[in-house]
Amino acid sequence: MANTTTVARGRGSSPPPGHRRTRNGRRARASGLPVWSIPYVLLVPGLVVIAGLLLYPMVQLSIMAFQKVGLAQIRGTRPAEWVGLENFEKILANDIFWSALRNTVAFAFVAVSLTLIVGTAVGVLLHRLGKKMSLFVVVGCMFAWAVPPVAQGVIWRSLFDAEAGIVNWALNLLPDWLAAPPDGQESWTGTPWLNETVPLYIALTVCVVWAGFPFIAVSVLAGLKGIPAELYEAAKVDGSGPWHTFRKITLPMLKPVFAVLTVLSIIWDFKCFSQLYVLMNGPTNRDGFNLSMYAVAEAFKPPQKLGTGAAISVVLTIILLIITVVYVRQIVKQEEM
Amino acid sequence: MTPLARKRLGKILLNAAGIAVFVYAVFPVYWMVATGFKANDQIFTTEFIPFPTHFTLEHFERVLTEGVANNSIWLYLRNSAIVALGTVVIGSAFALLSATAIARFNFKGRGTFLVVLLIVQMLPAEGLLIPLYMMVKRAGLGDQLLGLIITQVALTLPFAVWMLRTFVAAVPRSLEEAAWIDGAGRMTTFWRVLFPLVAPGLVATSIFSFITAWNDLVFALYLMSGSEGYTMPVALQYFFGQKGVDWGAIMAGSTLMTIPVVIFFLLVQRRMVTGLTAGAVKG
Repeated sequence: MANTTTVARGRGSSPPPGHRRTRNGRRARASGLPVWSIPYVLLVPGLVVIAGLLLYPMVQLSIMAFQKVGLAQIRGTRPAEWVGLENFEKILANDIFWSALRNTVAFAFVAVSLTLIVGTAVGVLLHRLGKKMSLFVVVGCMFAWAVPPVAQGVIWRSLFDAEAGIVNWALNLLPDWLAAPPDGQESWTGTPWLNETVPLYIALTVCVVWAGFPFIAVSVLAGLKGIPAELYEAAKVDGSGPWHTFRKITLPMLKPVFAVLTVLSIIWDFKCFSQLYVLMNGPTNRDGFNLSMYAVAEAFKPPQKLGTGAAISVVLTIILLIITVVYVRQIVKQEEM
Repeated sequence: MTPLARKRLGKILLNAAGIAVFVYAVFPVYWMVATGFKANDQIFTTEFIPFPTHFTLEHFERVLTEGVANNSIWLYLRNSAIVALGTVVIGSAFALLSATAIARFNFKGRGTFLVVLLIVQMLPAEGLLIPLYMMVKRAGLGDQLLGLIITQVALTLPFAVWMLRTFVAAVPRSLEEAAWIDGAGRMTTFWRVLFPLVAPGLVATSIFSFITAWNDLVFALYLMSGSEGYTMPVALQYFFGQKGVDWGAIMAGSTLMTIPVVIFFLLVQRRMVTGLTAGAVKG
């Protein structure tokens, strides 16, 4: 029994070497495995999946980006042909790549900023509301967050519908000095939002902000709850105003939360696919592509050009990897792994 | 204004803002459900009709009986369910083993493995789609639900392991020690002591994997070429037909696909927040 305490100490990891060697030895013999190998055996299925279906495909992707991969290669009738940097040269010379890159970056910038602003405002509001009211609002937010991306796209496509959409109906209600109908139109009714790139991305932004703010709000709320109340009491005693308190206490205390939330939002909005797919009705409007849509359309729309698609994906992946490093560093810093 | 009146006014304003946020969050979801129950004359109008006064089950009936793209919608719901449940079963088993290894053992490469987990869950699925498409086709699994399940296991596993390892770590080691001292073997200890205590965590990660696989559009869209293999997110696209959009049917279909997600989501959203933000949020 005396051993129990010694072993239970530490952070619950491997049995310390040197303790109860006979017991370990016996157990090991019983299962036929040396003790040191057990974690590796447990990891095998997970490692096989991660190495075989995530890391190896990443390598494959990088290789394919330098190859010509068409229908014959997919069928396996002809081996892929090395083309060097040709795929990259092709995409860099293509206007669609540059408009897709611009769409991706501009959309991510606007959508992430708005999601963070709305989410933080709601998080602060939730913190100040009474318990019941706060729960009521949180549950409401959960609905927006839980809706599958495809259904989000469906919902906002209907709300932005030219004829029966509520967005046009609401814009009609506003006075003309605030929202005048587009040139040559009596009213907003009939304005097609989803055909042109800029209005399409406005709709996408509205959709993504709506679906994304609850996560920010709930995380900010959790962060706020973690700030000790004494700090605020001290600030009050010192005569600090609400804005000053927010800037000097709340924001610095929430900095790690914001770092993670910002990076996560950037990653999610950078690879936004389903909502855009539904809103633009499949890969139809090439000017409206973002990078993920462009990669997929290039690879899968006949004639299939998987090599060029892979090159675009490589560009997107490299951008995301750079951003991910920030996320990983932040998590590793805070988490004692 | 007296301080008391000001305080009361502030409270009213706060609650009003709370209600406004609630409406903002819920209204689009409500609109989806309500449109599914509206008669067509109330859908195709420039008027704003907040409630379905011409209430009808016609759209739901049509969606459930007539089907889309040559098949009944039950087939698509079934496909979605098979893919999601298959992902859950395989993914959870693998995740539990990996999470136990991470949370219970100190081994060489443990830190590296954790960092790899964090990195791969952030990779763009659309980028992985291209090589995975080739692999699935070459393995002869194209157009088979199993091919889809395999890709979904890969995509959900890193986060599932990340989430589950905290649950395993939370089980006091002394409980397992006690079982060992009582003469239970490693396997018995695992099944009789650790497994029941980790079960809630397993439920949480299973729900996460279920939702991810259920929601997937891009893999189902490109790995399945015949309509027999469509899942719900893919099938929904076919309601946006050439003859104009049948909003009633689309909203009914979207509602059907959203219901299980919302129910499951409400059960585990807290876990997902802590999993993603890890140490950043201590609440």
